[in-house]
Amino acid sequence: MVEFRMPSLGSDMEAGTLVEWLVKPGDLVKRGDIVAVIETQKGAIEIETFQPGQIEQILVNPHSKVPVGTPLALIRAEREAKPGAPGAAPPPTAPTPPAAPVPPSPARAPVAPPSPRVLGAAVRARVSPAARRLAEERGIDLSMVTGSGPAGAITYADVERRLGEAVAPPERKRPLWLDLDAMRTAIAAAMERSKREIPHYYLEHQVDVTACEQWLTQKNAMLPPDNRVLIGALAIKAAALAARRFPAFNGFYRDNKFEPAQAVHIGVAIAIRGGGLAAPALHDADQLSLDELMSQMRDLVQRTRAGRIRSSEISDPTLTVSSLGTRGVEALYGIIYPPQVAIIGFGKTVARPWVIDGAIGPRSVITVTLSADHRVSDGHAGALFLAEIGKLLQEPSKL
Amino acid sequence: MQQATTQSGIIDTSYREAVREAIRDAIKRDERVFLMGEDIGRYGGCYAVTKGLLAELGPERIRDTPLSESGFTGAGIGAAMAGMRPIVELMTVNFSLLALDQILNTAATVRHMSGNQCGVPLVIRMATGAGRQLAAQHSHSLEGWYAHIPGLKVLTPATLEDARGMLWTALEDPDPVLIFENVMLYNMTGKLATDAGPVGIDKAAVRRTGRDISLITYGGSLWKTIEAATALAAQGIEAEVIDLRSLRPLDDATIMTSVTKTRRAVIVDEGWRSGSLAAEVGMRIVEQAFWALDAPIGRVCSEEVPIPYPSHLESAAIPQTPKIVAAVKAALGRP
Repeated sequence: MVEFRMPSLGSDMEAGTLVEWLVKPGDLVKRGDIVAVIETQKGAIEIETFQPGQIEQILVNPHSKVPVGTPLALIRAEREAKPGAPGAAPPPTAPTPPAAPVPPSPARAPVAPPSPRVLGAAVRARVSPAARRLAEERGIDLSMVTGSGPAGAITYADVERRLGEAVAPPERKRPLWLDLDAMRTAIAAAMERSKREIPHYYLEHQVDVTACEQWLTQKNAMLPPDNRVLIGALAIKAAALAARRFPAFNGFYRDNKFEPAQAVHIGVAIAIRGGGLAAPALHDADQLSLDELMSQMRDLVQRTRAGRIRSSEISDPTLTVSSLGTRGVEALYGIIYPPQVAIIGFGKTVARPWVIDGAIGPRSVITVTLSADHRVSDGHAGALFLAEIGKLLQEPSKL
Repeated sequence: MQQATTQSGIIDTSYREAVREAIRDAIKRDERVFLMGEDIGRYGGCYAVTKGLLAELGPERIRDTPLSESGFTGAGIGAAMAGMRPIVELMTVNFSLLALDQILNTAATVRHMSGNQCGVPLVIRMATGAGRQLAAQHSHSLEGWYAHIPGLKVLTPATLEDARGMLWTALEDPDPVLIFENVMLYNMTGKLATDAGPVGIDKAAVRRTGRDISLITYGGSLWKTIEAATALAAQGIEAEVIDLRSLRPLDDATIMTSVTKTRRAVIVDEGWRSGSLAAEVGMRIVEQAFWALDAPIGRVCSEEVPIPYPSHLESAAIPQTPKIVAAVKAALGRP
């Protein structure tokens, strides 16, 4: 039996409130399944399990606030046999059928025949064959679909509804669980700690991105607006590739020691309307094609602003990139988000007179900055790291 | 196949009279056709279906038999092989068990066993179903059993048109055809064209169209199912009702077309649940329309008990409208 615990979604988190269970006892879960929603100072976070198996018992009820590390549920690992039940496969228990409680009615109100189908019931999220096929054909992520069928099963109509939403995303309403005041408190705590503990040093580098702009103009000319790639995606990809070559900027400083990260998960700083900020992870950003990276970035921004970030996205970033886009100023000097050890800032693109081959010409220029942890790296390494990003941006087609 | 009804009148009639008219018409139309069975002549049939036919058509064509189902069913088979077109009436499906060997081992196999030298163009009619408080030995619905047997065709007329029209088409078939008449339908009255005649027997019929769920049924359960569909419509659920009409062969195309449209199915079958015709229909849907399904297929069958004698228990043992409504709501996830 494995305990599923209140996760720590950042070094500043001490407790979380369980908002909602997305599983019930008897459900089978696999690695990466979202099992609960937790409210933290960063907003509502969808929590994934890393333990495959069967939910044995729910230990904490919704709306309870518990400290980090508190067991929330028990998960029976896949190979564990049920007590007293020899044999390997976890038999799907037939717990109380999930049918709505039938009010004690005076007459002989006929109920649906007690059918043997309850036996196979709680195996996994219920998706009807018709819904499954439609989702597959249209590329709909079933985890984003709410079921309205028997026992919450996802039906054809549910996927159709989701398709409609995907085509025309509704005006985002204020997410239920996004508490901006709490988020502000969390930002304050993290930034205070960062400035108190981390000896920052700062570097800046002006990068000619004319090549990037030309390349993007060409590429995007052939793409529908929804698929167009923005310069921010190039910036993240360049930062991720550079981080792969300069591991001293990618990882965590914990217990007086730097732990380089194996993967490059770029935390993308996302502003939230009304004054919030979050930097959820784009997983393995160095491995993604630009198109993949762009589409995942869009998805991440949308979900973050809707208050639906996943736990792994909150705790995984190994390096943060903050980009001001087109409306900002020329340069920003970030404050490192602990326990990370660096943050890269991209200012807005500006037109500048530039010397190229001894002549002055107009070029598009971005100021790229690095704030890094001096306990881990020195300015020399930082300069090489920053220069590498600049170099990578000269050949956008290779990104 | 339904004959045109222009230039003709409409009459008020009953299922019983429609069956009688079908027999009279067949006997008059073809000199090879005769009817034999227990108490069909002087007594007029235990459900009064053949009342008056002996006087009208004579003892050669309306033949009372001894109480020996195996004997006279075998005689019918022999007559059919010899070129006649007999209609054998077995009083009820319960007594057909005494003739089961003749039906299963002879009628259904002769074409095969003789190397196609001869067939058995025989029609066997029998009453089926519960609801008349005839207790555990006289209330069976075993048509699903017979639908298991290759070599037979199994028909279940549920409407006046089919009661009137299926017999002739069955008699034209070169192989044995069983016609099951639900006992609760004999008194059903309604309108029928005066020139109503033979109907096709190879297609299921959509008796009511709907978009939300397919209710697949036959025989006596058809009307309970239509009643359920009407009740559901009042709650915004549009059920499509399919009358199978023929249990063997099954019209897969009509079933799958409907289920593919509605994505849900409940099968209503007065047979016992285990190994029922409903099980066969459900399995075919899974085989042929799995990817169209939106919910587990539901079944409303008889409870797995000997059919009780007391009226309230008998009623509780067989499919009823409220059970059908409940099964539909379960399939739709509605409270």
